Amino acid sequence: MKTVFKRTPTLKDCPTHYCPGCGHGVAHRLIAEVIDELDIRGRTIGIAPVGCAVLAYDYLDVDMVEVAHGRPPAVATGMKRTNPEKIVFSYQGDGDLASIGAAEILHAGHRGEQITVIFINNAVYGMTGGQMAPTTMLNQVTATTPEGRIATEQGYPLQVSELLATLPGTVYIERCALSKPARIRQAKKAIKHAFELQVDGASGMSLVEVLTACPTYWRMTPSKALEWIESDMTKVFPLGRLKG
Amino acid sequence: MCGNEALAEAAILAGCDAYFGYPITPQNEVPAYMSRRMPEEGRVFVQSESELAAINMVFGASATGKRAMTSSSSPGISLMQEGISYLAGAELPTVVVNVMRGGPGLGNIAGSQSDYFQATRGGGHGDYRTIVLGPSSVQELVDCMPLAFDLADQYRMPVMVLIDGILGQMMEPVILEKKPRRSLPTKDWALTGAANRDQNIVRSLWLGEGVLEEFNNKLQDRYKQIAKKEVWSEPYNVDDADIIVVAYGITARIVSSAVDRARKEGIRAGWIRPITLWPFPTEQISKAADEPRIFLTVEMSNGQMVEDVKLAVAGKAPVVFYGRPGGGTPGVDEILDQIRQLTIKSEIRT
Repeated sequence: MKTVFKRTPTLKDCPTHYCPGCGHGVAHRLIAEVIDELDIRGRTIGIAPVGCAVLAYDYLDVDMVEVAHGRPPAVATGMKRTNPEKIVFSYQGDGDLASIGAAEILHAGHRGEQITVIFINNAVYGMTGGQMAPTTMLNQVTATTPEGRIATEQGYPLQVSELLATLPGTVYIERCALSKPARIRQAKKAIKHAFELQVDGASGMSLVEVLTACPTYWRMTPSKALEWIESDMTKVFPLGRLKG
Repeated sequence: MCGNEALAEAAILAGCDAYFGYPITPQNEVPAYMSRRMPEEGRVFVQSESELAAINMVFGASATGKRAMTSSSSPGISLMQEGISYLAGAELPTVVVNVMRGGPGLGNIAGSQSDYFQATRGGGHGDYRTIVLGPSSVQELVDCMPLAFDLADQYRMPVMVLIDGILGQMMEPVILEKKPRRSLPTKDWALTGAANRDQNIVRSLWLGEGVLEEFNNKLQDRYKQIAKKEVWSEPYNVDDADIIVVAYGITARIVSSAVDRARKEGIRAGWIRPITLWPFPTEQISKAADEPRIFLTVEMSNGQMVEDVKLAVAGKAPVVFYGRPGGGTPGVDEILDQIRQLTIKSEIRT
């Protein structure tokens, strides 16, 4: 019998703690595949965020650190500047990157840090119980927007990738979605390109924003959540290459 | 050299691989000096967007096994407390210099000693300590830098060098030389890429039942060891003293002059100068309190170290405090006056 699909070595052989239909597992796998395909496991350092993916090091078999909420780009700066030959990536959620760590991501991009950022946007704080994130959609009901997000009170969904794309220090920014197989294949391509740029010594930050589902706090079935990414999220967060 | 520049050069001699910092008075000479010297040495200098970012850059460099440091002054150090707690939790060696200024809030830019509580009690959240060195001259500051890096590496924890704005700005002649390192453990925990070995993880999150408690107990065991082995103080004319003045840092220099003048007046005065503020020289002060005498603690604050002096004296002798908060500096005459008053009152003046 011919093996056509198998676990990639950098993805550990264990079940994850993620909810059914959550996008983190797929995103982890894509990163692991890219690390193995580029053969960079032995020189890669990853940064896990505060949030649902805080235990990413339990699933990704690379050297990893877990840092304070929002600070991965600053930590990555310290790592990459002192170890230019290493491949440094941060894995950050929307609360981490777009809210509490807005200054850190902006300035790491602004300085043109040669790091790769995987930005998981599921429009909600997952680990703390489904509160509003900067990326929460208008009218979206969350634990802290019981009537739905209202623009005049909580502002509009924050498009961080568009913001970062204006900085000369970013070399590549693409927004993808893990909503259907074709989109997942595109996300893999984007993540691979982002890592390749760092491997090739590109002169700035590469970032891939990934729209993922949070069925638990969207109060949807996993399949409905995937549909909602397509029908609603991609309207506010258009897919495609924003830079580079 | 001024204290700030001298400590920067001493850090370079101590093998500091990377400096990350954010401007704040009265320590701006440190990043300015580092921005020129670190690239000359082929090492890393980054001016961060905030103190929060600076301490996290230090965290990143340290996690890869590099010697990294930052410096700041009181308000900036408050911002860094998040990172210092994470460094303690992740067992990462780091050197942080606090060139203290007057507080609270934005305060002023004059030298002060009002961050003693914050420095010696941990400062951020959680049960942890940082080793705190409180040098009192530019030369001692220079000598503290390699020691700070060695202690950080040996015990895998943040070490703070706590000085005030006066020492940072003060010019004194110094001898700068490369010191031999202590025999230090290899950094086999460092994140260098998992080439031909298992994955390394640097973390401070421990969710399993009892795991964090066990980790905390491990930290406390280490702190106990440090409290035994790494405590330094300097005594002066203590043996026959009726009054012992306890002071650290720049205040100890002023106290030294006041004590000498008191001696000339026939007052049997001496001083004890803690060099490590944590661990505090509790035993040394406790021993001194076994004789009948008075303790006077002098600080550029409203009374912080005096609590440690009281804990050490443990009721065996009176402990009096004299301090100048908010950037005030006590003069020799002021301290001498305190010494005179206390020795007259207690009628033990010769």
